[in-house]
Amino acid sequence: MLDASEGFTTEDGRRIGGVVMEMKNITLRFGGVVAIQNISFDIREGEIRAIIGPNGAGKSSMLNVISGFYVPQEGEVWFEGRQRPKVKPYEVARQGIARTFQNIALFEGMSVLDNVMTGRLTHMKTGILSQSFWLGRAEAEETANREVAERIIDFLEIQHIRKTPVSRLPYGLKKRVELARALAAEPRLLLLDEPMAGMNVEEKEDMSRFILDVNDEFGTTIALIEHDMGVVMDLSDRVVVMDYGRKIGDGTPDEVRNNQDVIDAYLGVAHD
Amino acid sequence: MFYREAGDFKTSYRADSQTFPIRFDRYRYYVVLAIAFLVVPFIINDYWANAILLPFLIYAIAAIGLNILVGYCGQLSLGTGGFMAMGAYACYKFMTAFPDLSMFINVILAGVVTAIVGMLFGLPSLRIKGFYLAVATLAAQFFLVWLFNRVPWFYNYSASGQINAPQRTMFGVEITGPLAPAWATYLFCLVFLTLSALIARNLTRGSVGRKWMAIRDMDIAAEIIGVNPLRAKLSAFAVSSFFVGISGALFFALYLGAVEVGEAFNIQKSFLILFMVIIGGLGSVFGSFAGAAFMVLLPVALKVVGVDLLGWPTDTVAHFQLVIVGALIIIFLIAEPHGLAQLWRLAKEKLRLWPFPY
Ligand SMILES: Nc1ncnc2c1ncn2[C@@H]1O[C@H](COP(=O)(O)OP(=O)(O)OP(=O)(O)O)[C@@H](O)[C@H]1O
Ligand SMILES: [Mg+2]
Repeated sequence: MLDASEGFTTEDGRRIGGVVMEMKNITLRFGGVVAIQNISFDIREGEIRAIIGPNGAGKSSMLNVISGFYVPQEGEVWFEGRQRPKVKPYEVARQGIARTFQNIALFEGMSVLDNVMTGRLTHMKTGILSQSFWLGRAEAEETANREVAERIIDFLEIQHIRKTPVSRLPYGLKKRVELARALAAEPRLLLLDEPMAGMNVEEKEDMSRFILDVNDEFGTTIALIEHDMGVVMDLSDRVVVMDYGRKIGDGTPDEVRNNQDVIDAYLGVAHD
Repeated sequence: MFYREAGDFKTSYRADSQTFPIRFDRYRYYVVLAIAFLVVPFIINDYWANAILLPFLIYAIAAIGLNILVGYCGQLSLGTGGFMAMGAYACYKFMTAFPDLSMFINVILAGVVTAIVGMLFGLPSLRIKGFYLAVATLAAQFFLVWLFNRVPWFYNYSASGQINAPQRTMFGVEITGPLAPAWATYLFCLVFLTLSALIARNLTRGSVGRKWMAIRDMDIAAEIIGVNPLRAKLSAFAVSSFFVGISGALFFALYLGAVEVGEAFNIQKSFLILFMVIIGGLGSVFGSFAGAAFMVLLPVALKVVGVDLLGWPTDTVAHFQLVIVGALIIIFLIAEPHGLAQLWRLAKEKLRLWPFPY
C-alpha cells in the first residue's frame, strides 16, 4: 500500500499524497566519521514522518542535509519532483522548507512578536527605498504579514508573551516560539529537531497537540526527530530508524516496532 | 503623573507598530520638533551653534549610521572617521565640479558615494567577524585618510593640501562659507538629522531591520529563515555609510569650512562616534541622539564647572573628561549595553506605574 506513488489513506482517514522529498543514497562524512551512510527514504505530502535512533545516529545530520546546512558527499536530494542542486540554507527556506533546531536558535535580542515576524521574511518583498519612507506598499505589506504572524501566535497560545524579549522566556516557551517562527513561514515542509526535548509531560502533550493540529489544519508535511517512543508512535504516520549512520528500519510505527534490527539497536546499543 | 498609556488601546496593527505607540510620547515628540524648527532658529547665536548645536546635529547623524551597523546588524566598525572623510571629500568634489548643484543634492550625493565605498569595505564581513572585522574596518580608516592626503586630485591640487568649502546658498541664504548665519546652517543640518532619524526608524521597525537584527543575534538561524547574509550585511554597511557620509559632508561644508583630513577625520573620530553609540545605547535610534548629546555636552559642562567655576587648570579638566568617558564605556558595556536609552526606558516604565508600582 505504501508504494502507491499517488499516496494512501491513513487509519484515521487522513489523505497522504505523493512524494514531496526524496533522499537518494545519501552519504555524509566528517573527516573519518561517517555520519550518514548510503541512506534513502522519502517524505510524502501531508504526512508526519519521524526519524528516530540512538544518540549520534546521524538524525540531526540528516535534517541538516535536507535544510542545506550540510552538503552530502554522495547522493541526491529531490524536492517536489526536481533534483535539487547545491543550495544555500536561505535558498532552501525560500523554497518553502522551515525548521527548528535541537538547541533552540531564536533571536534573543528581539521580542516574541519580532521573532515570529522574521519567519515572514521570505514573504516580504518591499525594498529599502520604499521602507525608508514607510510608503503605502511597505506599510500594507507589514500589516498583512503581521496578521499572519498574529494568527500563528494565537494558534500556539502565546499571545500573553508577544511583546516579551525572548531571552526572558523559560525553555518550554522558547521551543514554542521557535515553532511559531517556523510556522509563520507557512512552509510546505516543516522540519522539527527534537521539539519536545527537555519538556515535562504537560508541555509534551501541548506540543504533540500543536504538531497534530498544524498537520491537520494547514496540511503541512512534517518531518520530526524525537527520542520519546510513545510520542513517536502516537504522532507519526511513518518512521525511519537510524543507527550508526545507517538506516535499519522504515515503515509504519507498528512495522518498525516489530522489526528485529530495530529492537536489537534499542536493546543492544546504549543510548540516552 | 501625566505619563499614561491607560485608555490608549490599539485597534489596529498599524497603530501598534507606529514609532511612538503611546500618545504622550507622540505629543512630546511633536513639541520637540516644533521647538527645534520654530523656536531655536530665532534664539540661536554663534557660540551655541558652534560649541553645541551643530556638532550635536552632525554627530547624531553619524551615530545613527554607526548604530545601524553595530547596534542593529552587529558588525563592529572602527572606520567611521574614514567614511566621514569620504563624505566630506565627495561633497567637496561635487561642490567644485558642479557649482550650480543645490547643496542639498551635494550632501545626498556624498552620502550615496560613501554608501558604495562602505559596501566595498563591508565585503570582508561575509567571511570575518568581531575582532577581525574591526581590524579590517580600521584598515579602511587608515587607507581613506592616506588616500585623501596623498592623491592631489581629491583636494583639487591646492597648495595647502586642505579642502575649503566654497560659498553656497539655499533659497538665497548663505549656508556655507564664513558669512553663513548660524540659524541657516543649523536649520540645514536639522533637516538632515530629522530625515535621517525618520528613515532609520522606518527601516529598523520593518523587515529590513529584522533581517539586520537576525544577523546580529544569530547568523545561522537568520540564514535558515531565508536571510541572505551577504545582502543583509552589505545593506547595513550601505545604509550606515550613507548616513556617516552625510554627516562627514555636513561636518566639512557647514561646520568646519576647511578640512585637513588627518586632523578632522582621524581614528579618534571613529572612537568618538563609537563611544556615542555605546553610551547612548546599541540598537536604538533615540540612543544615538542621547549619546551624541552626551559626548558633545560633557566637555562643555566640564569646562564650565571645572575651569570657570572651580578654577582648575584646563589640562586637568581634559584628563578628567577622559577618565569619565572611559569609566562610562566600561560601565555601560558590562552593566547596560542598551545605554542611556535603556535607562530612560526604565525610568519611563517606573513613571508609567507611579505611584502604584504593583
Ligand atoms: N559538524 C560536525 N562535524 C563533525 N562531526 C559531526 C558534525 N555534526 C555531526 N557530527 C557527527 O556525526 C554523527 C551524527 O551526529 P548527529 O548530530 O547527526 O546525531 P543525532 O542522531 O542527531 O544524535 P542526538 O540524538 O544526540 O542528537 C556524530 O558522531 C557526530 O559527532
Ligand atoms: Mg540530534
